[in-house]
Amino acid sequence: MKAKLVTLREAVERFVPDGASVALGLQLESMIPFAAGHEIIRQGKRDLTLVGPISDILFDQMIGAGCVRRVMAAWVGNVMMGSAYNFRRAIEEGVPNRVEMIDHTNFTLALALHAAALGVPFLPTHTAGGSDVAARNPDITEFEAPFTGETMRAVRAIVPDVTIVQAQRADPAGNAHVWGNLGVLPDAVHAARRVIVIAEEIVPSRVLASDPNRTVVPGFLVCAVAEVPCGAHPSPVQGCYNRDNAYYREYHEATRTRAQFEAWLHDWVMGPRDREAYLGRIGRARIDALKVRKRAWSARADFGN
Amino acid sequence: MPRSVLDESRIHPAIRERVAGHHAAIVQEVQGMTGYTAAELMVAAAAREIRDGDVVFVGMRLPLIAFVVAKNTHAPGAVGVFENGILRDTPARELLYTMSDGPNITGALSCLGMLECMALLQSGRVSLGFLGAAEVDRHGNLNSTEVRDASGRTIRLPGSGGACDIAALSQRFVALLDHRKFRLPEKVHYVTSPGFGASRTGRLAGGGPAAVITTRAVLRFSPAGEAYLHSHHPGTTVEEVLANTGWPLQVSPQVQPTPPPTRHELRAMRSYDRQGFWTR
Repeated sequence: MKAKLVTLREAVERFVPDGASVALGLQLESMIPFAAGHEIIRQGKRDLTLVGPISDILFDQMIGAGCVRRVMAAWVGNVMMGSAYNFRRAIEEGVPNRVEMIDHTNFTLALALHAAALGVPFLPTHTAGGSDVAARNPDITEFEAPFTGETMRAVRAIVPDVTIVQAQRADPAGNAHVWGNLGVLPDAVHAARRVIVIAEEIVPSRVLASDPNRTVVPGFLVCAVAEVPCGAHPSPVQGCYNRDNAYYREYHEATRTRAQFEAWLHDWVMGPRDREAYLGRIGRARIDALKVRKRAWSARADFGN
Repeated sequence: MPRSVLDESRIHPAIRERVAGHHAAIVQEVQGMTGYTAAELMVAAAAREIRDGDVVFVGMRLPLIAFVVAKNTHAPGAVGVFENGILRDTPARELLYTMSDGPNITGALSCLGMLECMALLQSGRVSLGFLGAAEVDRHGNLNSTEVRDASGRTIRLPGSGGACDIAALSQRFVALLDHRKFRLPEKVHYVTSPGFGASRTGRLAGGGPAAVITTRAVLRFSPAGEAYLHSHHPGTTVEEVLANTGWPLQVSPQVQPTPPPTRHELRAMRSYDRQGFWTR
């Protein structure tokens, strides 16, 4: 088997080309692959299409950095604070470049990825009837359902070129355990042409095999896996670290103007050479304060026969 | 820290800032007279919309606290559904800032994917959903996608998230927002989340809006699908509500003051949100 275990830098270099559609932030507010997003920014990727449900501020950062041509999402902002300024500037003023927004609802986005995962061109739904979301999205169209004759909406499949997964643990073959809320992760993994796994830790394969119900990502779909501790900061990873709430407030205040954002981008993304340097800048004390304080282990499940 | 009296998780900060002073005034005024804040009254009103045994699409901020209050008072059998894939039949042990925070996962009833939660919604098994919005109109249509400023320029908001799905598919939904004339226009600029369209017969699925809980009042909907004033909050008059609504609002002949939060309800919300992060 070809070695898939690579550095984050190599994974992005090889598998996130300019112009790619990239699905990320798939579990909503938790386990957002910030380290991967920052590496994409550092490598100066351009003309990306971002795909995700509720993206939180990683989409905003990538838009502000000029990486993005198009967004297919249900919500772009700062979940704790409301709007995100780079997204607004891009849509309202074309700064730093025009971004095309294709509005989805959470459900239509999930269906679009699920359709691709199933290998069908669309899926039917009752949602979004009478909304401008359906009226203005060219990938949602009304049709008469066979068998019942009901008016429904068809949601066109979305096939991401690459899905980026944030996992608690993975093995060198890319099999990954994820627990907590899964959002649209399973659909995005099966929908994509390629999958990159970013794991808090790389563990032996027997750890994965001991609990196959938790293996949300089968390694044979994965092209690269990288070990990046704290790779989701400031978003939380269950059992590893909590949400850095202050970061979201600080980001909101520090990115109100384009000039402020450019300074922020230099300090927190372009300046630090890699994730380790970024974490050094955040500070050990702050990271330690986010660590899980009270363990809550699940009961063991017997997979014997 | 944002000390908002609304469920505004999907609302633009520019709008929030415009109303921040107004919030503070209402909070002070209501609290000074009554011993509770406008947000606490809204939470109590939202909690009473939850019936025992309801399956509730919870959302964040005030409705999240309303779910905790209902669970701890009159609706111990209610189940909470979160679009990130979480089901809960007990409130999270700590205050949440987002639905994917650690305490919402620890001790959850189930952690699966979004499709499982949307399946509950689409198959008609979600009895109640809560929503925030930048604008709510005469027929209960909600906008959280884009608004116009005074000069007519478009201001882009974050978008639907799951709001459109909750509005379109739940058996009934309740919207919460700040009661200002520009937030309650005759017709929203963009229908993110469908209410009754132009009429009740216009709805394609789901039961539509049941109530709009504002900082001044509770609105409900006529058989024709038009909002009317059901109750005005203590300290607010019918005239003030009408003056701050963007269309000629019908008034129920039985209009009365909104019942204030009970001591039991206040204890439930204050022991959960101890610092009053969302309610003060």
